[in-house]
Amino acid sequence: MPERGNGERMNLLWLQSGGCGGCTLSMLCAESPDLYTALDAAGIDLLWHPSLSEASGIELREVLEDIVGGKLRLDLLCLEGSVVTGPNDTGRFHMLAGTGRPMMDWIADLSARARYVIAVGTCATYGGITAAGDNPSGARGLQYDGRSHGGFLGPAFRGGAGLPVVNIAGCPTHPNWVTETLQQISLGLFGEAEMDELGRPRGYADHLVHHGCTRNEYYEYKASAEKPSDLGCMMENMGCLGTQAHADCNTRLWNGEGSCLRGGYACVNCTAPGFEEPGHQFTRTPKVAGIPVGLPTDMPKAWFVALASLSKAATPKRLKKNAVSDHIVVPLGSDRKERE
Amino acid sequence: MSRRIVGPFNRVEGDLEVHLDIQDGEVRDAWVVSPLYRGFEQILHGKEPADALVYTPRICGICSVSQSMATAAALADAQGVEMPPNGRLALDLILANENIADHLTHFYLFFMPDFAREVYRGEPWYEDIATRFRAVTGSAGRQMLAARADWMHIMGILAGKWPHSLAIQPGGSSRPLEAQEQARVLSIVFAFRRFLEETLFGDSLDNVLAIDSRAALDAWLDARAPEHSDFTRFLHLARNLDLGTLGRASNLFMSYGVYGEPGRLLFRRGLWRDGELPFDPQRITEDHSHSWMAHGGAPRHPFEGVTVPDPDLQDGYTWCKAPRLDGEVVEVGALARQLVDGAPLIRDLAAGDGGNVRNRVVARLFEMARVVDAMEGWARALRPRDPFCEQREIPQETQGCGLTEAARGSLGHWLRIRNGRILNYQIIAPTTWNFSPRDASGVPGSLEQALVGAPVRKGEKDPVSVQHIVRSFDPCMVCTVH
Repeated sequence: MPERGNGERMNLLWLQSGGCGGCTLSMLCAESPDLYTALDAAGIDLLWHPSLSEASGIELREVLEDIVGGKLRLDLLCLEGSVVTGPNDTGRFHMLAGTGRPMMDWIADLSARARYVIAVGTCATYGGITAAGDNPSGARGLQYDGRSHGGFLGPAFRGGAGLPVVNIAGCPTHPNWVTETLQQISLGLFGEAEMDELGRPRGYADHLVHHGCTRNEYYEYKASAEKPSDLGCMMENMGCLGTQAHADCNTRLWNGEGSCLRGGYACVNCTAPGFEEPGHQFTRTPKVAGIPVGLPTDMPKAWFVALASLSKAATPKRLKKNAVSDHIVVPLGSDRKERE
Repeated sequence: MSRRIVGPFNRVEGDLEVHLDIQDGEVRDAWVVSPLYRGFEQILHGKEPADALVYTPRICGICSVSQSMATAAALADAQGVEMPPNGRLALDLILANENIADHLTHFYLFFMPDFAREVYRGEPWYEDIATRFRAVTGSAGRQMLAARADWMHIMGILAGKWPHSLAIQPGGSSRPLEAQEQARVLSIVFAFRRFLEETLFGDSLDNVLAIDSRAALDAWLDARAPEHSDFTRFLHLARNLDLGTLGRASNLFMSYGVYGEPGRLLFRRGLWRDGELPFDPQRITEDHSHSWMAHGGAPRHPFEGVTVPDPDLQDGYTWCKAPRLDGEVVEVGALARQLVDGAPLIRDLAAGDGGNVRNRVVARLFEMARVVDAMEGWARALRPRDPFCEQREIPQETQGCGLTEAARGSLGHWLRIRNGRILNYQIIAPTTWNFSPRDASGVPGSLEQALVGAPVRKGEKDPVSVQHIVRSFDPCMVCTVH
């Protein structure tokens, strides 16, 4: 069971290693309330954050040493970016500045002291983009290497409060995925039951990107986009994985009003381990005999094929034309008028 | 002489270490170390060219759109595709949205909090500055974050999300705009203009843009109390702490130019050293002599560039390569952009004392006013229902170069395609230029030069002057070594 919130404030140490800082930058876009207010509301004090804190150099080194030495309590450890273990498991591809020590060693020591260890973003959770290609930097997730459970800290790792690593996957993470998970932990309302089979908070991972997609009518009739800026469904040709991707991007919008699909481009399933190497061009749907290889989650293939050919036969002209246009060329009601 | 290692730096978007030789109360020599290597150029080798649009924005969470723009431009160059006017306008709005957000983030979250440090407690301005800019708890932080989040709604509309959008395509934007969305973008720009006028500048953008000389800037400041606005607070500090004499680098400034049609850019492409100089991007090379990067022979143009990391190289001290233009060290960033473009205020400021902490910050804020003003025109010029994107196949054998400007300076991508796959992908980011190590001739990079002469106060462990100089470049360490 999670530790119950007792009204005491929690402290948070945020570290960055093999990543781009994009999850932090995304988090700065938090709204209603802003990030600082959200953290305050959660009863969380920043012990240190690389983009936000005043402390630098020796001041930070003392904080890290005090935690490792047991002089300073650490409630929440967030890692953004993968654990960089190369070359040849030396960790020399990221020596924490000013310390002469591989960052991976700091991560190991600090994780052992933290009540909760939280991987923020798909690099920290599963290796992510930094593990693409031949994984030149030896990037590893905290508790996963891609789909394989274990990762840098090992399969048996648990934080002081008893949870495995909390995997807030996403490339980047939505600000609220992070702030709401932190708040749930702080309230004592986040336990293993709130994590899915890949350690992701179910608050967003129980949903599909497909839910709330504004192209749903095109999807239903298999009226498909063929090139960027077309309005149609992007599953058949453009590589969209929204029907399989675990996230709530179309019911909880980005930057107030957007999502990848609303931006006119494919969902690349960035909350999933291994998304960085799809085995085909990201924005082109791989097909066998004209049928997309990746079908919507939980849908039997025969059923999909039958349904797709039925709906294609019934596609209204409005959707067929608009799907391959960059603006509405056949407005609502025109089909009916034509029939009359 | 004492050697000191300073780091980790924070508020620099990534990890950074600086080695200093200190004597008689000042820095005598400096070495800049970029301590993280991820290997994007290696990852891109052998990939489908179009997939670069997924990988390169993820080099950097703060220059994400700039990286996308450079990739899209390199692919467009390789394909020979031209984008329709709507595509250009939409992409410029997206890039400007990021660049202005970055300038804002730099000023409020990365740069100003250093003036709230204890070392300044005795200064007459301390209480006001610390109350306003103290990291996390200062009154400016929450105000700025709210304004920034509203501003980034433009990303939500035009790019789907930020960072890491795929809306930016070689032939334009994947996101056609409807008429009511155009209206909404305009209202967001208007609201942000109001934040700049009321909070940042304390004057209309028109009046700010009319400041055309050092004397006019001094007069503008003298007519206002130090606490009048955040800009006056900074200018007052700069005067008190003599930030105009701190952190001078090489005096050679470069900009690839940005926003608008090639040949008709809002900010011109060029080179500046006390006057305009001819600029040829073909003269760019990267030197590996002091990097942990395998090297052989002379420095190469990025089309021929090689990326093979080797942490055991004797003369190496950083993962960063040393880019040079015609063998020379150049400084890039908002100051360089405004100097090259000929902004009278910025040219007048730099005529006296070149690149320094004050001039870099003033140029950045002044540029915000210029760009936000221009964005209103771009948003009005959009023509909903006209095309936003052209589409063309990528040839099997080709190459392309994409040059753009991120908030913190010139960003270039060089791409070669063989058999329909990426054969070589080389990236030179703004902070690769500014935070480069020494080259084969032993000439230090811009920051290394800028740190020489930085004063060190008695008993200071991490000199505050070094903090100001480092952050005045608005470094992005995750771009520096990719």
